[in-house]
Amino acid sequence: MITVNNISKSFDDKQVLFNINLEFEPGKSNMIIGASGTGKSVLLKCIVGLIKPDEGTVEFNGRSFANASKELQTEVRREMGMLFQGGALFDSLTVEQNVMFPLNVLTKQSEEEKLERVNFCLERVGLENVNRKMPSEISGGMKKRVGIARAIVTKPNYLFCDEPNSGLDPQTSIKIDNLIQDITQEYGITTVVVSHDMNSVLEMGDIVNFMHEGKILWTGPSSEIGDSDVQELNDFVFAGRLMKMVKGV
Amino acid sequence: MFDKANNLSVRNFMKSLGKFIIFIGQLFVRRESFKTYAVRTVDESIKVGYNSVFIVVIVSAFMGAVTTVQTAYNLISPLIADPIIALVVRDMTLLELAPTITAIVYAGKVGSNIAGELGTMKITEQVDALEVMGINATSYLVLPKIIGSVLMFPILVILAGFVSIYGGYLTALVTGVISGTDYILGIQMTFIPFAVTFALIKAVVFGFLVAAISSYKGYFTTGGALEVGQSSTNAVTSSCIAILAADYLLAYLLAPLLTP
Ligand SMILES: Nc1ncnc2c1ncn2[C@@H]1O[C@H](COP(=O)(O)OP(=O)(O)OP(=O)(O)O)[C@@H](O)[C@H]1O
Ligand SMILES: [Mg+2]
Repeated sequence: MITVNNISKSFDDKQVLFNINLEFEPGKSNMIIGASGTGKSVLLKCIVGLIKPDEGTVEFNGRSFANASKELQTEVRREMGMLFQGGALFDSLTVEQNVMFPLNVLTKQSEEEKLERVNFCLERVGLENVNRKMPSEISGGMKKRVGIARAIVTKPNYLFCDEPNSGLDPQTSIKIDNLIQDITQEYGITTVVVSHDMNSVLEMGDIVNFMHEGKILWTGPSSEIGDSDVQELNDFVFAGRLMKMVKGV
Repeated sequence: MFDKANNLSVRNFMKSLGKFIIFIGQLFVRRESFKTYAVRTVDESIKVGYNSVFIVVIVSAFMGAVTTVQTAYNLISPLIADPIIALVVRDMTLLELAPTITAIVYAGKVGSNIAGELGTMKITEQVDALEVMGINATSYLVLPKIIGSVLMFPILVILAGFVSIYGGYLTALVTGVISGTDYILGIQMTFIPFAVTFALIKAVVFGFLVAAISSYKGYFTTGGALEVGQSSTNAVTSSCIAILAADYLLAYLLAPLLTP
């Protein structure tokens, strides 16, 4: 369980987040949706502590994170996996080394155990025979999948994904969504997914938080998303539905 | 007006200096195992040291050759014995050329490389990725670079000194400006061992400055590819200025100790 209490954040004079309160439950895919530039990535970075919020706190299973000691922060972070919007693979390492990296630094497993785990994770994201490739030699969507493999390789308790399926084709996109949902339920992970893809929202969002201009305007299960009377959310959803109708899906 | 601008630049400089000191302080908050750091340090040492050997050898060979020829042409006088030319070459190499010129070359090669690498890692969120894994990214990335540089640069300076003096010798043989025997005689005349220590002290300081400043410049890159380029350029400029300032300071402090 992750609790976000009253987080605000400004950059210079521009306020990006306004008093955000959220709760993320374990074993569920918690989604944060909203238009581009509303502050989803900033919120996610505040939650994982990469950006220090101006106000507010974040708690991981009751452990207050934002103002915690370095030791506690490290302890909590070692239970996290995160997929960045651009993949954030280490350029100087191969795909295999990238996925193995957290194991190398954080665990004391043997070489075989690590390799087995790495191959298992790569397989789960549908990547085979790319172990020796460098990040510059694989496509954007593949980078993203390697990023997911790296995020789940340590069996995290908390998984954060910033737009896991932007830049992927619809088929792979659904595969990735299902994958995230599967591991969330299988291991009882608290998963937070940022997205602006309505398809994946309806596909995998157990709980959806709609964000607009730095505020959370609506929270609820994805099945009730069409019944909301929040105008901004309806606009957002309608744009998605319209797209679907045009494409005849 | 002028005063105000001056004040501002002083303030900015002090601000950067403070940020730099905090940055260096963060390097020593260690979180990973000793082994991780040892492996990283070896990697970085190879990157900064071994990969700079070629350019250092080229530059210092020419440095020695040019110094020999120039000194010889400037000291054409029956009153000055030929070995003095070699003595001048030796002292110039040890005291100034080997550490300082090599440091400038090193700043251009290694400094821009470090800033470019860290800057790219920063803007592509690789640094964030490390932090989220619970790794102290600053010390994980930067400390091995600084240690590698402090270890390797003195070796490069020794190499530069050797190649430069040897280059001078070969030039003497080839051009005949002085004889080989005179050259060998000259480089041994009134030799002060502290000159070598002096060169090595400089080397340690310069090695630290280049790696630390370039890392700092790279690490605080924000924006995109354009800014990474700017960080690289800034890293080289700032490193060069720091090298020359430190060179002056060290000369002021240590030159009085240069007695036989
Ligand atoms: N480091 C920063 N400094 C200043 N402003 C920032 C910084 N990071 C983000 N912002 C601003 O915060 C706002 C929200 O950015 P954010 O990246 O969170 O958007 P987003 O909702 O993730 O959008 P997208 O869906 O396109 O990824 C933007 O207006 C951006 O300009
Ligand atoms: Mg974003």
